[in-house]
Amino acid sequence: MSAPHIVESTALARPAAEASRASGLWAFLVIVAAMAALPFFASTYTLTLMVPFFALAIALLGFNLLFGYTGLLSFGHAMFLSIGAYSAAVMTSKLGILSFELILLVSIAASVIIAVPVGFLCVRYTRIFFGMLTLAFGMLFHSVLYKFYGITGGDQGMRVLRPLLFGMEFEGGKTAFLTGPFYYYALGLLTALGLLMWRIVRSPFGLHLQAIRENAQKASYLGVEVTRMRLSAYVISGVYGGIGGAILAITIGLADPEIVYWTQSGNLVFMAVLGGSGAFIGPVVGSLAFVLLQDMVMSVTQYWRFVMGAVLILLVVFFPGGLSGIAGGLFTRFKRGS
Amino acid sequence: MTTLLEARTVCKSYGDFHALTDVSLSVADGEFISIVGPNGAGKSTLVNVLTGLLRPTSGRVAFRGTDIGGIGPVELARRGMARGFQLVNVFPELTVRETLGVAASSRLKRTGNPLRSLVRDREIADAVEEVAEIFNLRHRLDQPARALSQGEKKLLDVASAFALKPELILIDEPTSGVSTGDKHSIMELLIDACRKAGVRGIIQVEHDMDLVARYSDRIVALQAGRVLADEKPEVFFKDPALIAAVVGTRPPQLRPKAANLNTSSETASQRSAAC
Repeated sequence: MSAPHIVESTALARPAAEASRASGLWAFLVIVAAMAALPFFASTYTLTLMVPFFALAIALLGFNLLFGYTGLLSFGHAMFLSIGAYSAAVMTSKLGILSFELILLVSIAASVIIAVPVGFLCVRYTRIFFGMLTLAFGMLFHSVLYKFYGITGGDQGMRVLRPLLFGMEFEGGKTAFLTGPFYYYALGLLTALGLLMWRIVRSPFGLHLQAIRENAQKASYLGVEVTRMRLSAYVISGVYGGIGGAILAITIGLADPEIVYWTQSGNLVFMAVLGGSGAFIGPVVGSLAFVLLQDMVMSVTQYWRFVMGAVLILLVVFFPGGLSGIAGGLFTRFKRGS
Repeated sequence: MTTLLEARTVCKSYGDFHALTDVSLSVADGEFISIVGPNGAGKSTLVNVLTGLLRPTSGRVAFRGTDIGGIGPVELARRGMARGFQLVNVFPELTVRETLGVAASSRLKRTGNPLRSLVRDREIADAVEEVAEIFNLRHRLDQPARALSQGEKKLLDVASAFALKPELILIDEPTSGVSTGDKHSIMELLIDACRKAGVRGIIQVEHDMDLVARYSDRIVALQAGRVLADEKPEVFFKDPALIAAVVGTRPPQLRPKAANLNTSSETASQRSAAC
């Protein structure tokens, strides 16, 4: 990774905006390290919450490449969660293939196969039109999964069996598996995919995506292939969604159409706003906060959706930069003070 | 003498409306052409046709001998032609370094691999610093474009087009929105930048007749979609009827000969031979 080089140059001359960009990698690594240490002191219950967080964080890193970096807000991104989830279900319970590595490869392939034609149609449009088209595709996918009872099990869904990790089978209960080997496996994936995303957003490719977000017409006159870049971003984000979906399905043990219902896509948007779409670390912070918040509020009141809605309104009105924006602001103030 | 850009009998119609009728013009190597004309004369359409954004209804636009009708902005940039805009057109949240990097990385074809490092790419960094140096934006490299002054934004807009290392650049009112006092210094900077960056030709669309008179090698006047005149400034501004038709103002001051794209005597003589 190029981190030391970046920090060196930021320490010399770069102002706050650039410094906070570079600090995204460090924030990510700190969270990952904290998660790696968590099993040594946290309760089993907390650990069972963390695996869905890893899955959602991966999906959201992809989502934010599209939303935060390219400026395309997808309202149907849960479609990719379902592609990963159903890939895992078909592989384990229909085909009897339990290797998680193979499940991941199939999820990636299936995501690409779906993302290319869907993206091809959607990325020609921007703003609300892109949002509505992706929403429509998400709903279409939902009804396909719901209606094709013979293949997908309809509203019953399909069971997702415990996979083999690196060909190894793990004994013991489901919780022990999820909070033990699978916990670290998923964390490893999050780490690898996070670092990969860091490279993507810091590449000339990532720069072109940001130019498109800022001003697509101007970008095209600077030689940016707007449509092709948007499609590439869509496919990459779809792959991240597929991988996240496969992990999520293993933790739930079931793939059902609910995973692609539009409210789930809405949750992804909520998490992105919660974490702050302008920052690299936003998706990770957002999904962690969402999982914790949802768990906390749900245990207190059945009106948890009301509370989540209120939180969203407060954030949009008072902290459009999301939690990572608040943290970044505090950090800058602290540095200036010291 | 080589011709960079040539439009031959270009017509562009929208239904019954003829925006351009039989427009022919050429830009030779080393030339600075100004396109003038009253509002609605077809300047914007002509610019869009010349930059390959619009395909002419009939006629042909060729850049270095190949047809560029309707090729679109990306292909245009690839072939060596850049365009700056009338309104300030920047990427507000991107820094100056990043903005120039966008153009440099498309010119150097760096976007095929999404994992390629940007910060370690010396070639991009050098290209960015070179252009920033020319446009006096070095001290602003790490500022986001939104933090720049209006004049600096304008410079950045043009500088990003320069980072494509174009052979021909088309600029739409490069000094619009800039105070009268700064206009000449921006134009001098632009011409100097062209010389340093190896730009072979400039087309500008300009309303300010002082600037037109002072910097152009040739003036193309449009009226109602037709070429009214295609003359050297000395000739153009001697014809009161022509000036009245285009702007209706007093004849402005002519330029001193020195301030031009090519300073070498060889190209200067080439230019005068062609005109």
